[in-house]
Amino acid sequence: MDVVIGLEVHVQLKTKSKIFCTCSAEYTKDVPPNTHICEVCTGQPGALPVFNKKVLEYGILLALATRGKINAVIRFERKNYFYPDLPKSYQISQYRAPLSLGGYIELKSGKKIRLERIHMEEDAGKLIHVAGETFIDFNRAGVPLLEIVTKPDISSPEEAVEFLMLLRETVRYLGISDGDMEEGSLRCDANISVKPEGQKELGTKVEIKNINSFKFVKRALEFEIERQTELLREGGKVVQETRLFNESKGITESMRTKEEAHDYRYFPDPDLVPIEINEDLIEEVKKGLVELPIEKYRRFIRDYGLTEERANILKSDLYLANFFEETVKKIGQPEKVANWLTVEITGISRELGIELKDSKLAPERFSALLGLLFEGRISRAVAKKLLKRIYETGEDPLEIVEKEGLTQSEGGLEPLVQKILEAHSEQVRQYCKGKEKLISFFIGQAMRETRGTADPVELKKMFEEKLKDACKSMD
Amino acid sequence: MKIEDFSIFEFSYLVKKRQIRPSIIVEHYLKNIEEKNDELNAFISINENVLDEAKELDARLDRGEELPVYAGIPLAIKDNINIDGMETTCASEILRGYKATYDATVIKKLREKGFLFIGKTNLDEFAMGSSTEFSAFGPSRNPYNPEYVTGGSSGGSAAAVAAKMAQAALGSDTGGSIRLPASFCGVYGLKPTYGRVSRFGLVAYASSLDQIGPLARNVEDIAILLSIIAGWDSKDSTTSNMPVSDYFEYVFENRKKEEYRIALPEEYWGEGLDEKVREPLEEFIGFLKMNRFKVERVSLPHTRYAIPAYYIIATAEASSNLGRFDGVRYGRRKMGRNFREMIENTRGEFFGEEVKRRILLGTFALSTGYYEDYYLKAQKARTLIINDFKNIFREFDFVLAPTSPTLPFKIGEKIDDPLKMYLSDIYTVSPNLAGLPALNIPVGTSDGLPVGIQLIGNYFSENRMLKFAYFVEKEYRR
Repeated sequence: MDVVIGLEVHVQLKTKSKIFCTCSAEYTKDVPPNTHICEVCTGQPGALPVFNKKVLEYGILLALATRGKINAVIRFERKNYFYPDLPKSYQISQYRAPLSLGGYIELKSGKKIRLERIHMEEDAGKLIHVAGETFIDFNRAGVPLLEIVTKPDISSPEEAVEFLMLLRETVRYLGISDGDMEEGSLRCDANISVKPEGQKELGTKVEIKNINSFKFVKRALEFEIERQTELLREGGKVVQETRLFNESKGITESMRTKEEAHDYRYFPDPDLVPIEINEDLIEEVKKGLVELPIEKYRRFIRDYGLTEERANILKSDLYLANFFEETVKKIGQPEKVANWLTVEITGISRELGIELKDSKLAPERFSALLGLLFEGRISRAVAKKLLKRIYETGEDPLEIVEKEGLTQSEGGLEPLVQKILEAHSEQVRQYCKGKEKLISFFIGQAMRETRGTADPVELKKMFEEKLKDACKSMD
Repeated sequence: MKIEDFSIFEFSYLVKKRQIRPSIIVEHYLKNIEEKNDELNAFISINENVLDEAKELDARLDRGEELPVYAGIPLAIKDNINIDGMETTCASEILRGYKATYDATVIKKLREKGFLFIGKTNLDEFAMGSSTEFSAFGPSRNPYNPEYVTGGSSGGSAAAVAAKMAQAALGSDTGGSIRLPASFCGVYGLKPTYGRVSRFGLVAYASSLDQIGPLARNVEDIAILLSIIAGWDSKDSTTSNMPVSDYFEYVFENRKKEEYRIALPEEYWGEGLDEKVREPLEEFIGFLKMNRFKVERVSLPHTRYAIPAYYIIATAEASSNLGRFDGVRYGRRKMGRNFREMIENTRGEFFGEEVKRRILLGTFALSTGYYEDYYLKAQKARTLIINDFKNIFREFDFVLAPTSPTLPFKIGEKIDDPLKMYLSDIYTVSPNLAGLPALNIPVGTSDGLPVGIQLIGNYFSENRMLKFAYFVEKEYRR
């Protein structure tokens, strides 16, 4: 079966104020319900919306980043329906003259997922169900959203997830959204249909709503593909409908059929005047454009010789990617730096529960530390230990190493290993006779000499090599 | 001379010179309300603090304080304009008891100049009507003859001004709702250019047509009120940033007699105009000719599309604007077993028949498959009507038309015939569709009932319109 998927993604913009009033757009759990509200965002009689131009700038930025065609004149329209969280009983959205048309997001494979459009709209309030009663928090009402609608170019759940990841990274790179699915700042509805392989005509599509994480995107789409494929195999028909994803059951359930679909009665909002977008504004906004995640990914592979996996991890977080490049600029060794960032730093960040960008570790300290390691002045073990410490304290690694005498002797550990073997010729003989457990004795000696600063793994490797030579010469 | 015969300007002077105290002015108007409102039903609510507010001004005067320029002058406000802390009912059961949470921009501006608000006036529910009979609080009655309607929808404001229960009033005009009652009650009533006055705080009926304006017994008061309420507002994106004239100064300081070129569109003067209205109007036109103004017959060929276009656009916008009265956040609620049923019960129970009729019409006009045939077509007709006027204003200063096709009608006469009622607006809807300013000038009576003429000006030409009206007020002896 061929799978055809199109996505409708809502991205919440992190502007200071709401889209049509001056209330703060912050609505996190820390904000008490209904404190960021006013007559406009609660739909009091007589209140009027006034457009927050920052939203337009953010929208233009994403349209430019996805190579969309920005309309010269745009306007807002009303989408009319009743719902308790919708204060005016209409959502101010865009319909016939949206912000932009076309454009695309390119996947790593080079496949382009084309966009239908990008438009601006307002978020609704939030229903809170407590003990059989329903309350409404309007802090979220009027928070700005961009809706990104794709063409049905996606052919697998994996591509859908990759598209969403890239979109998320893009809005984060541009600094216009947190792009967090779990927190609801990135939300996704999917249209999906299946058809016999090679058939030109599209199958009947089903819309899936309420998908709240990347994991669920994949699961919901996989379930739906299976359900529809099964249906068709058994000679049944897919019904055009809207289905809700049930997280706990991992299935989709029918919500409403096409016959029950709303007629939203879109019409231009007479309270808001059409907006002309001139070239000057576009040029101004263009200054905020940055290298896109996919471009960075390709460049990291090309210019630094990184593996796809490493490049992917680094590009997934702009801060991490910049951190990487700044470090490499100072000390080179891109592969090793990437390794330290993607393995060690990721480990420490997970262990401490502190993200790199919130840590005390700056690229200067990081490159100084790696410099000491690469020059052989400290061991891997010391480097790891210090990294964790600096991650929390931000201290200067050079200072610590000097004050605490953590440096290895000149020329690294080799002279020490040699010295220990020479001083314990009896143990060397016994080792060569087969008492291989003695290796820990030698390592122990070295650890004592270096006051625990040496890397035991490294020492083990070195002793084994030296002893192999020594035993050979004994034969 | 009675207190009520002073103008706002005169009161301002007298209060400043301490020759009259604000409480005296307010007490006088309260007395008139007490005497007449039971019969005329012009007010839905009276501001119970207004006398205390006036006395506070007295005290400030006694302490030698400088007061705002129009301190203590009481205005009546149509009950679809928000005054913080006072009820805004829109003459609807659904908002009975609802207290506004903020001042409309016009109220804020008037308050800053010292005006007091004596009460909220009756209207057709949500300003949908031409007679002020569609009110949950009962019809208002015409001060000239209580058997007759006041016209609508700002009937309470017109009656309050005509019966001297307030110095002046604010109304709102979507298709004639200031001009028609002004005409029926024999007062001046101005619908300003669309975007001249902020709509922030006016409960929307049809957002692209609504405009707040003043009603008063003289042109001076209209000019002063407009100077205050007009202007760009950061809270209303549809307001214009054209500079506001000092209309009062323009009208009264500049004494030069102007020449006016006046167009009489044949579509407004033909069949359908009641002879009893025509007579005093033609007499008035004779007066204009005597003054050697250029008065010529013209054509506005797309006029016949105005009523259908108006009723499609206005009801379409209304169907959306009134969605917010769902029983969830404010106003009255009638419970149901679930959300949908609660909404149905609430709106079914608390909206009046005319409001429901218009919501249905508008919902239909916006529905999939009908949008292009109705709403879009109406918008095209609107463009044609705008172009008609633009052509005329290349050669003329004003268009002159009757305000109403008939004399005030009797209460109950048209209430069961929506089409007949809708035709009351036949001469007034075009300026709303075109966004043009239009003013009712009282020019006489027929059978003891007032007759008004409608002066339609070019965009933002309120200054010249008021100057013309002032000339008529002074020179035209009926």
